[in-house]
Amino acid sequence: MSKRQRSEWRLGWLLCAPAVTALMLITAYPILYAVWLSMFRYDLRFPDERVFIGLDNYLSILTSEVWWRALGNTVIITAGSVSVELLLGFPLALIMHRTLFWRRAVRATTLVPYAIITVVAALAWKFAFDPTTGFVNGLLGLEHAWLTQRWSAFFVIILTEVWKTTPFMALLLLAGLTLIPNDLIQAARVDGANAWQRFTKVIVPVMKPAILVALLFRTLDAFRIFDTVFVQTRGAQDTESISVLGYNTLIVRLNLGLGSAVSVLIFIGVLIIAVVFVKGFGTPLVRRQGD
Amino acid sequence: MRNNSLERAFWAMGNIVVIAYAMVPVIWILSLSLKRSADLNDQRFFPHTISFEHYRTIFADAQFPAALWNSIGIASVSTVFAVILGMFAAYAIVRLQFPGRRLILAGALATAMFPPVAIIGPLFNLWRATGLFDTWAGLILPYMTFTLPLAIWTLAAFFREIPWDLDKAARIDGATPMQAFIKVIAPLAAPGVFTAAILVFIFAWNDFLFAASLTSTNDARTVPAAIAFFTGSSRFELPAGSIAAASVVVTVPVMIVVLIFQRRIVSGLTSGAVKG
Repeated sequence: MSKRQRSEWRLGWLLCAPAVTALMLITAYPILYAVWLSMFRYDLRFPDERVFIGLDNYLSILTSEVWWRALGNTVIITAGSVSVELLLGFPLALIMHRTLFWRRAVRATTLVPYAIITVVAALAWKFAFDPTTGFVNGLLGLEHAWLTQRWSAFFVIILTEVWKTTPFMALLLLAGLTLIPNDLIQAARVDGANAWQRFTKVIVPVMKPAILVALLFRTLDAFRIFDTVFVQTRGAQDTESISVLGYNTLIVRLNLGLGSAVSVLIFIGVLIIAVVFVKGFGTPLVRRQGD
Repeated sequence: MRNNSLERAFWAMGNIVVIAYAMVPVIWILSLSLKRSADLNDQRFFPHTISFEHYRTIFADAQFPAALWNSIGIASVSTVFAVILGMFAAYAIVRLQFPGRRLILAGALATAMFPPVAIIGPLFNLWRATGLFDTWAGLILPYMTFTLPLAIWTLAAFFREIPWDLDKAARIDGATPMQAFIKVIAPLAAPGVFTAAILVFIFAWNDFLFAASLTSTNDARTVPAAIAFFTGSSRFELPAGSIAAASVVVTVPVMIVVLIFQRRIVSGLTSGAVKG
């Protein structure tokens, strides 16, 4: 090994060391610590009664109705918001890509939801649907307390998520759209394909990697949903998501043992989603990262 | 000709729908913040009479100015640290051949998917033991770390576009790799650094989970947590107006920055993810 090469290695490690150290200390170490804590009966209100109990916390979570309901709610919110976002993201991306005028203005305004704090967006929609302050009931001539019923609360939560994150989905799809060579679409047009056929037979297959990446990012993000649910219902009306459940167990009830087990289960859930997308659907996640 | 004007009408409709979609909740929270307390329950979209009383209320109270200061300070410091560490790592990954760089990228990628709720328990416990609970540093550390993958990606994507021959030329002229980095590459990389900084800042500015878990008082509570836990200063006052006013104050500056630099933000948001 040449001296030059060795100094390059050393510089490379030196430059990466601070970032790697931070990632180790603030994410890798705490998750291992969470695994460790999850094997104790450990309630901060009674810290002296800390006892090692192995996998008992997992057993009590996985046999409790609360966990499965929260997981079910999270799946409902995730599936609902991600599918609507994909449906709306396509037309939005097409408008950003093809519109004849105001293109700059349209692209700029789509970033507005992204720039708004999630808590603020959640409150804005909460007030909008509120029976006393809101304009929605006035507009629709209804007297409905949206956030006091399970399914209408889900509707408001999903609407908020969709509003906030569809632009992000659209931007990822737009990046895929711009990669499609115009010749390809022209050729399909010459061959007599109509707009729908061009979309399903040419655009979607070429965009498949971009679609999968967008879906993966948004699914993982929606699966971790906390802010919107916390602000709009605090998990009432059986809308609690698993992140809200974890927060309530850890920070509100101060049950570190049980709460850490919830955290570890959420972590495993995220891993499963990522593996299914990358291995199952062949999402090209790191294709260009290494070069 | 007819076809052309039809097409224009179609795209105009599309544009209007998109702009309305993005702006309705923003205009709604703005008009709510400008309503008089007496009109808050009138169920109208626009204010009947414009009043700035809610803005006076939130700035007269100690809570909101403290939270605003915490948010600005914590998000700025996190941004500076994340971008500096991210810059070093991204440069090394793009420019240098050394064993482990793929592992570092994979690790950064895994962290980007990491659920924050998985570590709030351990951090809560550790921070209470080490005195970091309810301090700026207690939030800066997780924000810096959670935005590092974003910073590394964005910067790496921008760094790949830089004409590296200049770097080689500098090194042939006798500059060390470190000198080449500081004198030649850093100025070229400035736009990418700036983009990464905006994205990181928005993440820290937006976060609620860490702020809700790791702070408890005005010492370090940031705006999202302060707004979410806000209760009116008196029981007779509806907090909706104050919350709306606080929301507008924290939204407008970020929105202006995002609109000015929209092109860069779009390329930053998508560069890490797609592009074959």
